[in-house]
Amino acid sequence: MSINPRSNPVDRTALSVAFTVGLYGAAFGAAGVTAGFSILQTCLLSLLLFSGASQFAVVGIMGAGGAAISAIATATLLGFRNALYGLQMAPILKVNGIRRILSAQITIDESTAVATLQENDSDMRRGFYITGIGVYIFWNIFTYLGALGASAIGDPAVWGLDAAVPAAFCGLVWPRLKNKKQFIISASAIALALLLTPIAPAGVPIIATVLLAVIFGWKK
Amino acid sequence: MTAIWIAVIGASVTAFLNKYIGHSVPEQWLDRPRFKRINTLVPIVLLSALVGVQTFAHKKELLIDHRLAGVGVALLALKFKAPFPVVVISAAVTSAAIYNWF
Repeated sequence: MSINPRSNPVDRTALSVAFTVGLYGAAFGAAGVTAGFSILQTCLLSLLLFSGASQFAVVGIMGAGGAAISAIATATLLGFRNALYGLQMAPILKVNGIRRILSAQITIDESTAVATLQENDSDMRRGFYITGIGVYIFWNIFTYLGALGASAIGDPAVWGLDAAVPAAFCGLVWPRLKNKKQFIISASAIALALLLTPIAPAGVPIIATVLLAVIFGWKK
Repeated sequence: MTAIWIAVIGASVTAFLNKYIGHSVPEQWLDRPRFKRINTLVPIVLLSALVGVQTFAHKKELLIDHRLAGVGVALLALKFKAPFPVVVISAAVTSAAIYNWF
């Protein structure tokens, strides 16, 4: 397969998404080191976990002194949507064995989004793989650069990194807020988490908000 | 093994299981309307909670400081449809300016 971003619109979309999202890996690399992770631990999250929101949650919760179990539980719940993406992609990709394992690893927001924009199965596959592999490569390179950069810095607040992390989360949640109900749910989650912060162990205020998702999602 | 290592390895394993399960289970197992509704809301509540805690919390205390200014600018940037890197960098610059000069 050859990639032609000039002549093929699928390739063009896939590569531009891959590069833009990949750049963002630098913010994650910096966040990891700021939270007290080593460069190796930060890079392993990008290589192995490879799902932006879950990665930020792990370093966010551990950095705030949370227990490993809260970090794992929160990351797992955040990553569950990838299972739903896999459900959508499996009938189109039709792969087994090692290919299924590799395809599963790159089943994320971006690869599925680009794939589902296409009109036929062959373009969907092309969009999925170029975006998925592209994000994987750029995300990991920029994670390393971000981690390297941040580890050269002393106090993260001097460089605004302590605000860059919640800003990054804003960027992840913003596109999901499409109507008034979702804004209300988002605001209640912030309120509940802040209410619990002084009284509950670190990590619990975040995972507890899943209750709100169940309550608001129960009835249509 | 330190807590950070447990978190790194544990979260990586469950992340892969999530992805692999989707490719392997029969569609009707996960394809339920109520389940899907709740699942769309899960990222919204978790990410919002993270925004709140990381903006206002310092250990177990809540406080208003330079971070809020940074996050405010990020929200403004998002409102004006700024791209991802602009959102993050404008927040960092604002927060750093306030932290260093006041």
